[in-house]
This record gives sequence, C-alpha cells and structure tokens, in this order.
Amino acid sequence: MKYDIILCGVGGQGVLSVAAIIARAAMMSGLEVRQSEVHGMAQRGGAVEADLRISDGPIPGDLIAKGRADMILSMEPLESLRYVDFLSEKGSVVTSDHCEINIPDYPEKQAIFSSISSFGRALTIPADALALTAGSARSANMVLVGAASFHLPIEFSTMEEAVRERFASKGELIIETNLKALSLGRNFAEAGSRRRSG
Amino acid sequence: MDGYVLLGNEAVALGALHAGVSLAYGYPGTPSTEIIEYMQQVIEPKSGVRAQWCSNEKTAYEAAVGASAMNRRVLVTMKHVGLNVAADPFMNSAIMNIKGGVVLAVADDPGMHSSQNEQDSRFYADFAKLPCFEPHNQQEAYEMTRAAFDLSERFHVPVLLRLVTRLSHSRAIVRPNPSRDANPMVKFTGKDDFITLPATSRKRYAEHLELYKRLRAYAESETVNPLKPGDTDAPFSVITSGLGHNYFEENAEDLGFSPSVLHVNFYPLPEEKIRTLAAGSKRILCIEEGYPFIERLLRGILPVSVTVSGKLDGSLPPSGELNPDIVRTALKLPEPSSKVEDGHRNLAPLPGRPPQLCKGCPHRDTFKALNTALETYENHLVTGDIGCYTLGYLPPFEAIETGLCMGASITMARGAAQAGMYPVVAVIGDSTFMHSGLTGLADAVSSSVPITILILDNSTTAMTGGQDTIFESKGIRKVVLGLGVEPEHCVEMVPLPTKHEENSDLLRREIEYKGVSVVFAFRECIQTAKRKHTKEAKA
Ligand code: SF4
Repeated sequence: MKYDIILCGVGGQGVLSVAAIIARAAMMSGLEVRQSEVHGMAQRGGAVEADLRISDGPIPGDLIAKGRADMILSMEPLESLRYVDFLSEKGSVVTSDHCEINIPDYPEKQAIFSSISSFGRALTIPADALALTAGSARSANMVLVGAASFHLPIEFSTMEEAVRERFASKGELIIETNLKALSLGRNFAEAGSRRRSG
Repeated sequence: MDGYVLLGNEAVALGALHAGVSLAYGYPGTPSTEIIEYMQQVIEPKSGVRAQWCSNEKTAYEAAVGASAMNRRVLVTMKHVGLNVAADPFMNSAIMNIKGGVVLAVADDPGMHSSQNEQDSRFYADFAKLPCFEPHNQQEAYEMTRAAFDLSERFHVPVLLRLVTRLSHSRAIVRPNPSRDANPMVKFTGKDDFITLPATSRKRYAEHLELYKRLRAYAESETVNPLKPGDTDAPFSVITSGLGHNYFEENAEDLGFSPSVLHVNFYPLPEEKIRTLAAGSKRILCIEEGYPFIERLLRGILPVSVTVSGKLDGSLPPSGELNPDIVRTALKLPEPSSKVEDGHRNLAPLPGRPPQLCKGCPHRDTFKALNTALETYENHLVTGDIGCYTLGYLPPFEAIETGLCMGASITMARGAAQAGMYPVVAVIGDSTFMHSGLTGLADAVSSSVPITILILDNSTTAMTGGQDTIFESKGIRKVVLGLGVEPEHCVEMVPLPTKHEENSDLLRREIEYKGVSVVFAFRECIQTAKRKHTKEAKA
C-alpha cells in the first residue's frame, strides 16, 4: 500500500501543520512516512506545496511523480488546480472553497470551481463556514484534514488522537473545537460521497 | 522502535550532538537554518554545549577552527552561497593540522527555491582537496555527520557535509545510536599546526597531497561507496549520488533489467570502483544533484570507448532540481499512462503566485516613503540587498534595482556614486548590515561619497524565519557612528502609514546631503512580533 498526497495552498495558510498532523497519524498507525516541505522566501504569501508520502514499505524519494498522486489536498481552490498533472487516474481533489485573492490576475471564481468539479473525484468544502460551526474560524484546516481522512489509509480514531496530541498544550477547549472541526469535515466528505454514488 | 521524525537538517544536528560536539556556529540561510535552530532547542542549558549564530559565515568558520585548536568537536553550518563568504578560511584550514573534529555542513539549493544562484559545494571540497560526504536520506544525514567527525580527527582535516534543499527540508524517521562524550579541552601541541606562513604552508601542503592519496584509498572501501553488480547484459550502468539515487530507485523496477549501480556517498571519487563498473559497460548514466561534478571527472578516468551520459550530453537537464520524472526520462522509460481528464484545461493558464512582503510588513511603509522621496528626481539608483526586502524589486513597489550578494548594496552604491550617479540609495537589513555591510560602510565613509544608506532594522533575520541578530536593535547605531558617519546624518524613522509624509521628507533631506548618511527605519518584523505576543500570552 502507498498513498501519495500533494498538499498546497498559499504561504501562511498552514499547509505544513496539516502535513504534520496527517504525517503524525500515519506514523502512529505504524506506516512509513516521508514529507517534503517549503521554507524561506517561498512562504511569504506565495504558492506553497508539500509532498506527503505514506506507505507500508520503504519510500525511496521525497517527491511524488507526475500522474501518481492519490490526493491533492488544498487550502485554496486556485492552488488545487496548479498540481493536477500529478494526480493519478483514481486520485481525489479535496479543497477549501476559500479564495485567497492576493494577486491582481486572480481568475473568475466560477471558472475555477467548474474546473475543479470536472474531476470525477473532487470535493469543494466550505471549510471556513464549518470551522465557525465548530467554534473557531482558525480550525478551517482541521475541517480539511477531516475531509481528507475519509480517503486516507488511517483510522479516524488515530486522526483524532493526532489532533489531540497536536493541541495538547493549548487546553481542552481548543482540542474540542479542533476535534469538532475534524468530524464536520469528515461528515461533509462522507455525505459528498453518498451524494455521488446515490 | 526508538526513532524521531526529523528534517534532514535536524538529523545533522542530532548526529553532531551524538558525536560529542561542543560548539556549533553558523549564519542563517535557507536551506541550512534549521541545523542550528534545532540544536538551540534541544541543548540543555547546563550542558556546556553551545550553538550560536555569528555575524557571517567567515566569522563562524574561523571560530570553529579556534575551537578545534582546543580539541573540541565543532559543527559549522551555512548555505552554499555562504561558503563563498567563508571560502578564505575554508581553503586555508585544509592544510592545518585540525585537532578537534571540524564538520562543515553546507546546504546547496538546486532549483533555487530561495537562493540567488545554484552552486555545487562538492567543487569547494575538491578545490581544497578535502573529503566530502553526501547523504541521500535523513538516516544517513545523521550517521554521516557522526562519521565525518571521526574522519576529521583521524585525518586531521575539516570534512564537508553536502546537503541539498530537498534533503534538508524533508522529514523521515531517524533511528539514533548511543551518543558519545564531548572531547576535553586540550590545547594543540604542534608548533606549526595552526599557522600559515609560506615556509610552513609549503611543508603542510606537500603533506596534504600525500594525505589526499589516503583519502582516495578510503573512498574505495565498500562500506563508503557501495557498488552493486547488475545483469551482465544490461545496456548501461549507473552512477548515482545524493538524491539522484532515490529517484533512480523510484523508477528502477520498471526497467525490466538491473543495471550495475555505484552509489557515491563520499568524495574523492573511488576511481578503482569506477573502472570496475565501466569494465562491463558501454555506457554509464550519471545521476547526480547539482552540477555535473562526477560526470566531468569520469571523462578523465574512463577510456573514450565508454559513453558517459548525464547533464553534459543532455540526458538530464543542466540546471534545476532532479525529480522522479526527470530521472524517468533519462532512463528512457515511458511516461506513466494514468492521466486525469482534461477538465482543468478549460481554464486559461493559471496565474503565478509569487511571494510578497507580509501584510503590515514595516518594509512596505519604508518602500512607499522612499518611492515618494525619489519622485522629484528624474534619474536615481536604489541598490538592494539580501533579505525579505529583496521582494521590493517586484510590483507593487519596484523600489530596488540591484541585488548582488550580502552587503553589496552599500559597496555597489559607493561604486555607482563614484561613477557619477546621483542620487544613490542603498537599502539593507540589520542582520545583513552586520553580516557584511560594515566593511562597505567603512569604504564609503573613507571616500565620503554622496550616498544614503537605509538600514531596515526589524530586529531580526526575517527571511530565514526570524533568528536573533547578534546585536539588539539600535545597538547598530553605535557601530555606524563609530565608523565615522556624522551624528546629524545618522537619523531614525518609524515606518508606519501615518508617518508617510514625515518619513519621505526625512529621506529627501538625507538624499540632498552630499555625504554618507544613514537612515534607520526601526520597526519590528510583524512575524517575530506576533510570535513574541503568542509566547507572552501563553506565559
Ligand atoms: S517576515 Fe517580517 S520582514 Fe519579512 S515580509 Fe514578513 S513582516 Fe516583513
């Protein structure tokens, strides 16, 4: 088994912390993990991408080859489109619907969303809205992790454990909020999949 | 299982600590920064072990040689371009009789993720005739750091550890070995161990050339540079180094045969092994990250009947980072068949999203004020430097026009002014100023050129993530005055939107002054300020 994820977004959105939580949960499940990340200049509001590779056997390299990614997990819809060449035939796109418009030539939102929905396995999540429901706008990333977890070869309870561990130092309230965000994301993805198959 | 998930850089740091390192020196530079940062996090305050930032790579390297003379093991860290700064002591230290192990970890940046050039530090090791290790995963980064210290003490030379961005900034599981105690402090005993005078240097250089032979013999050992024989009728053999090996492995099972593979972990190159590999092959494909270093040397080692392929014959691209797709093409494997539907192609080509100054960054207000101040001059030059503010070259500011290397804003401004240009403004950050702006300022004052130096003092080394500068903010002012800048032309402003008029007037006044003036723009980087705020809130 191997599962390759391309994580993307805009510098400052927390791409690396999303990667860290999934990586941690994979490790807790006894899997091998390699995670490649961006540092330095690239982070200042620019496009950010990280490769996360999970496997039950050795993983030679840090980078995902074209056409091999099992998932594109994006904090931003435009960014999710930047890496589609890497997606495998059966791969899924999971993206937040929040547009980060910090460039003058940002395309028409509608064009972006229709392009995303043209992929068979694409899910656009109102991550900000669901995060607010969970109790804090800042847990939008956990909504995305929850949605992604629906596809990942990791038990949901292990994901919960990783989230608990990640926020352990921040107090019970923040842990609860993030766990709630995680489940809301998960439920949204499950419902989405039922809608498609139904 | 006893392991940690570590960045390549963190693995180097842990390796050094477990090798009994007493000191670590460096200057922050992506992709090398996390080595010192990690050490600072995990070193126990009472342990006596220290990891410190220095004003630049040269001072860091020289401090390391001093510590080695006292028998301590010491790690020095920098990015590739930093080794240009430290090249002077590095080259000379090669012929010293190193006592405590000196390991120089240099992180190259193929693909220029956050650097002004690509350069390959293996050439520096070769230039100085020094040994070089090149790990290809995090576990090796840990183990080779330890091996490098042992080797440094065994052969009494500094050892270079070559890293690349993709290794430095990737995480994987590292399983450590029991750690070793630090060396005791013992002063060196050989009278000419740490001196370079022509007479001593000539003698030591002759010895160094002898030593190089021993290093070459060491490189032939199977544990250091493994050679794996493949099928006798394979159409080609492969030499890999660094991450090239990973991308080769990623594709190898699709080849349908197994080529003989020599993986180079250690330089100087194992020439005997290379000849053994070549004996059974007509063609050798060389997969290495960075410059065609091995590939070029191969041509001097092998008979012309063997075809050498790699970056020089176009089998691999001459620049940029390697990846599994590029190596797949070099292996002449077909592209993977799975392709997504073409839905996304309805969309016009996606716009790029370049990095930019953070919202609320003090440099934004400084650039706005500077642009306003310069509006009245038809012709002007603004020289820039290395830091977040280099982004001031891009729209919407387009405020700076040059960027050569650390400290060059001031020296280039001096040259331009003496060439007849007026007005000239040099823009430089506080950390960069301490790195190599000081000597340039001394030059400028000595020739009293009409330039304005704008020191963007945000109290941190922001671009690499906010490391402490060696002086607290405002401490630099004393240094500037000490170098002879007139006190009335060493002035301060606070870059804020509300002070735009005031600041642009102040800048215009200093630009009008026909001597060296220094304007400090004091305001903390908002990222560091935010972090401090969260820390205080927690405490
Ligand atoms: S990190 Fe600091 S100095 Fe750099 S752009 Fe952001 S606010 Fe400005």
